[in-house]
Amino acid sequence: MKKLSARRRHPLAALVVLLLALAATGGLYAAFAPAEKAQADTSAQSLAIEEGKKLFAVGCSSCHGLDGQGSSDGPSLVGVGSAAVDFQVGTGRMPAQQSGAQVPAKRVVYSQAQIDQLAAYVASLGPGPVAPTKEQYTSTDPNDVAKGGELFRTNCAQCHNFAGKGGALTKGKYAPTLENTSPKHIYEAMQTGPQNMPSFPDTTMPEEQKKQIVAWVSHTNDEPNPGGLSLGSLGPVTEGLFGWIFALGSLIVVAIWVAAHTTKAKKS
Amino acid sequence: MSHEMSDEKLPESHGSEGHEVAVHGDPFADPGLPAHGPRRTDIDERAAKRAERQVSLLFIVSMLATVGFIASYVAIDIDKIVYIFPLGHVSALNFALGMTLGVALFCIGAGAVHWARTLMSDHEIPADRHPIEADDELRADVIEQFQTGAAESGFGRRKMLRNTLIGSMALVPLSGVVLLRDLGPLPEDKLAHTGWELATPAKPLKLINMNTNEPMKPEDIVTGSLTFAKPEGLEEDQEIFQEQIAKDALMIIRIAPEDLKDKTSAELGFEGILAYSKICTHVGCPISLYEQQTHHALCPCHQSTFDLADGARVIFGPAGHPLPQLKITTDEKGFLVATGDFQEPVGPSYWERP
Repeated sequence: MKKLSARRRHPLAALVVLLLALAATGGLYAAFAPAEKAQADTSAQSLAIEEGKKLFAVGCSSCHGLDGQGSSDGPSLVGVGSAAVDFQVGTGRMPAQQSGAQVPAKRVVYSQAQIDQLAAYVASLGPGPVAPTKEQYTSTDPNDVAKGGELFRTNCAQCHNFAGKGGALTKGKYAPTLENTSPKHIYEAMQTGPQNMPSFPDTTMPEEQKKQIVAWVSHTNDEPNPGGLSLGSLGPVTEGLFGWIFALGSLIVVAIWVAAHTTKAKKS
Repeated sequence: MSHEMSDEKLPESHGSEGHEVAVHGDPFADPGLPAHGPRRTDIDERAAKRAERQVSLLFIVSMLATVGFIASYVAIDIDKIVYIFPLGHVSALNFALGMTLGVALFCIGAGAVHWARTLMSDHEIPADRHPIEADDELRADVIEQFQTGAAESGFGRRKMLRNTLIGSMALVPLSGVVLLRDLGPLPEDKLAHTGWELATPAKPLKLINMNTNEPMKPEDIVTGSLTFAKPEGLEEDQEIFQEQIAKDALMIIRIAPEDLKDKTSAELGFEGILAYSKICTHVGCPISLYEQQTHHALCPCHQSTFDLADGARVIFGPAGHPLPQLKITTDEKGFLVATGDFQEPVGPSYWERP
């Protein structure tokens, strides 16, 4: 004991004490820390699946079945993947308000955290397209806009219109406008083919090309309109309607007004 | 306004609108012309002067607007974008040019109308109806002149002249017919074949994905997807590309085998992968508004709808016959290939179409 205390003013004494203290703290933590907590990082996925399953049972199972196997009211979700869930729930299409020709986008009812949990659960039902990461749909190459425009005209413009403003399909179905769709959701729609949209899997349209299309759509939405009043960018239909009804109509009104009133002076 | 005008010069009012009232007893009596009522500017020199100043002001505004047009053309940068409610983000130059030119033209028109309504004479001038034909004397004179001319030309007497004239006049339109030939050459059997005719069972043509420019394998085509394809060997930088792709374009879809309703169509495809012509059989629009749940393809031009699960049968619209389907299979390396042309011509109907 005396030997130890004799050396307490040694220059390295502080270092020895510090090392001992660190070892003691680490040892105590290892001994007393709850085992579950130590595994928390590896089981985050199964926890999300667990939470997602609960959300699914409340919000989705009435149509898609308790185990996502589908029913007469909704398709099976086995193998649709997390991208489909992120798109459908993230744009407010699901849960559907009512059945009909098309389920429209509306207010989103789940938080992104809940959507991720639902997606994790549905993804656990069977392998399917995985929701993309930000790098997958964010383009950094300025040339992507031009290439994306070409791909858009080949693959998308027939339904979504040359400016991405959407268009009509058969029997009340329609291709929605892409103006307010986020890059992630555009990417997921191409991956999964929601509702009546055909899918464009990576085998026929590689990731890189999807990114280019997203770049073009974003660019088009942000572009100012040099002439003002685009009339929906729908082309000759709206422009012709506007010309015939408003322009010619107002000319006719002016002509009638000019001819109908002659200012005669008289005593009242 | 009105209290400044000199009312003492105003005439008494005539009835409600200055019309003379028809005589009682004869309901069909000619009511005659309504009495002419003067305008304020006709009787009040101050009002006339004011109108004159107003018209001139409009013309001067027009001049200023034209100067503004030229000034904006010179001064405003072509790339400048400004926010203007309710138009949104618009080009400042476009907006300035349109507004100034519009004001300049409008003010000329408005000035002219105001001038005509206030200062030009507004006296009613009746013009009675009269027969259109000329009087007898004039008609006799014209007929006589014509006959004299005909006799002097010898038209009736010299029959050979007359007949050759008629012959030459009858033949002249033939030059027009010959010129129409320049619209040719006739298509011959070009409409009946596409670029896929180069494919034979011995030397099949690969289906090339138009996005990636690569051949495809059946496992690349998932159920519910849509892919566009062209024949192997057709490249976008070739001069004939546009002309060829207008006939060769394919849309490739995959339908779950149990959903296929037409047996022949299923046999032309490969494990549910079907390759249809992308060209509408009505007037030849590219048609690929494909709905993956109903398997309907819609033409955007005239709404012809085809059921791709049922051999592209027409279920709505003006198209006359189903979309032609290309027989596809796989080669030894597993790539999707065609072994021959479409069995019928693609695109719209024409007279000689088999």
